[in-house]
Amino acid sequence: MRDKNKNPFPCDEETITQTLAVHCKGITKSYGNGNEVVNALNGINLDVFTGQLTMLVGPSGCGKTTLISIMAGILDQDDGDCVVFGKSFKDMNEFEKTLYRGNQVGFVFQSFNLIPTLTAVENVAIPLLIRRTDRKLALEKAAETLKNVALSERINALPSQLSGGQQQRVAIARSLVHEPRLIVCDEPTSSLDHETGFRIMELLQYAALCADRALVIVTHDPRIFDFADRIAKMDDGRIVEVFDSPEDMKKS
Amino acid sequence: MRSVAIKMLVGDRAKYLGIIMGLTFASFLITEQLAIFTGLMTRTFGFITDTSIADIWVMDPKVQFVDDIKPMQDMQLYRTRGVEGVEWAVPLYKGLLKAKLENGNYQTVILIGLDDATLVGAPPVMLGGQSADLRRSEAVIVDTVGAAGKLSKPSPLPGAKRIPLAIGDNIEINDNRATVVGICRVSRTFQSQPVVYTTYSRATTFAPKERKLLSFILVKAKPGEDINALAARIRKVTGLAAHTRDGFKELTVRYYMKYTGIPINFGMAVLLGFIVGTAIAGQTFYNFTLENLKHFGTLKAMGASNKTLLGMIVLQALMVGGIGYGLGVGAATIFGKLVKGTELAFRLPWQLLVITAVAITLICIFAALLSIRKVIKLEPAIVFKT
Ligand SMILES: Nc1ncnc2c1ncn2[C@@H]1O[C@H](COP(=O)(O)OP(=O)(O)OP(=O)(O)O)[C@@H](O)[C@H]1O
Ligand SMILES: [Mg+2]
Repeated sequence: MRDKNKNPFPCDEETITQTLAVHCKGITKSYGNGNEVVNALNGINLDVFTGQLTMLVGPSGCGKTTLISIMAGILDQDDGDCVVFGKSFKDMNEFEKTLYRGNQVGFVFQSFNLIPTLTAVENVAIPLLIRRTDRKLALEKAAETLKNVALSERINALPSQLSGGQQQRVAIARSLVHEPRLIVCDEPTSSLDHETGFRIMELLQYAALCADRALVIVTHDPRIFDFADRIAKMDDGRIVEVFDSPEDMKKS
Repeated sequence: MRSVAIKMLVGDRAKYLGIIMGLTFASFLITEQLAIFTGLMTRTFGFITDTSIADIWVMDPKVQFVDDIKPMQDMQLYRTRGVEGVEWAVPLYKGLLKAKLENGNYQTVILIGLDDATLVGAPPVMLGGQSADLRRSEAVIVDTVGAAGKLSKPSPLPGAKRIPLAIGDNIEINDNRATVVGICRVSRTFQSQPVVYTTYSRATTFAPKERKLLSFILVKAKPGEDINALAARIRKVTGLAAHTRDGFKELTVRYYMKYTGIPINFGMAVLLGFIVGTAIAGQTFYNFTLENLKHFGTLKAMGASNKTLLGMIVLQALMVGGIGYGLGVGAATIFGKLVKGTELAFRLPWQLLVITAVAITLICIFAALLSIRKVIKLEPAIVFKT
């Protein structure tokens, strides 16, 4: 699936190291209270490595979004713990978790979540602005990142003036601009047509590869399974199987 | 993140203008109503303002406001003059009398009688003639509004404009002949009748014969004398009421505040401005935040702290508040300029701007608080919910 020559983030694939990025153990999470409790996660054990694209797949409602929300630090687990880049969630207070999100995590959403009144480059600069980077520097860095996703022509366009695929590329640039070590994507291609989704996946894959960075992608879409380095199959709040390649999954 | 906050706000043109309009309207209404109220209250003591030479006004203790005349005996003047610290004390007559116009019509006028020797309390602005002309026989000075209005004469040509009373014209006051020797301008007061100035002695001959005719005693303090202390001394010696100029203004305003519906009416209008402003601006601002909640959630997920988001909302509130305040106060000032010289009372001292600023700030704080609460409570996990 990988074509080295197309990679906008050129690097030597030999140097890619696969170290443990996220280590989750015994994660449980339930929503609601009283009679209406939904057990979304029932003891999840999962390791995510840098230099790899890990996919979370499984039927609707099995807890994929809940799991990446916890890994990204935007949702607290009920029980169990995740160690992210050597640091345990249990040892982080609210402030440290906010810092973790701001410094280590990049987000890509199904519906892009761009701020409609900001231009592409301004949207991309947000993670840097949150980290109090000087505005001018932030915009320069954002423009540079947009170049890597092949949008250098449209940096001053508003989201409404961009196609869905272009908007998702802006969102990817935004998830990369502050060089986070974990990128979480929830259904990044399901608002896009097949061809565009394919391009987006290529981009995400390259982005993950050449840095000390892990990528976790939630998807329903079997057509993009081939991009995965590892696939974790979920059902009913559990990881039922982990495959080390798309081929393994197809065999099973 | 300041630039992001501003762009989020300004980018949504319709909402942004809605919020600004609400705040502008509120700030205009509050400022304008307060200014009219202040203008009206200033009118109540217009006569005291015009007689600014007097430090202290001495009067019957039962007098409640400047148009409330309770005459005293002449001997009170001499007792007042005897009080230590009094530089001079002069009599002042003020009363409502009937004037007969050349065409035989009657019109009530406010007759002011000034001390014959000094003419203390003479009209502040003379438009024609001089106040010294009052010393001529039968002389009176008439205020220009009265001269052009209620004291004017019908034109001999049918349908043509009325002819204002002019210098040299005669009127009859309480069956005494009076000749106009001057036209003056006086501060507008709550009394709508024409104002006619003459000397004290002539005023007392014009007035119906009564035992007591002295309306006020105007007192000037000796240089360096503490006016409040002197007023207290006059009260003690004479048993009369003695108010400093400002004290008498205050007494008058307080009377109107207490016994008229004016404060209630204006209070309601100001309150209405405040409520409407809060409702419109608060609502639209809150709505704006609600609509942007998803974006605030995205920012929160991406690591923006509650403090940062709070700062953004406060900045947005300050911005719309500042602009709305500026536009509203500006509009009120223009309104004030437009109505200048008309019947409408309008006075805009800087204190009113402070009051409006406080009111607008309150509206913005209220609006921001609602929004802040919502954003602080926001779960960043909503970002993955489509
Ligand atoms: N905020 C919430 N309140 C109550 N229940 C929730 C909430 N969020 C998720 N759930 C429930 O938790 C379970 C897991 O939800 P989750 O969103 O993680 O599933 P998912 O695998 O992402 O599904 P999909 O593929 O449809 O996006 C579901 O049964 C869902 O109804
Ligand atoms: Mg989901």
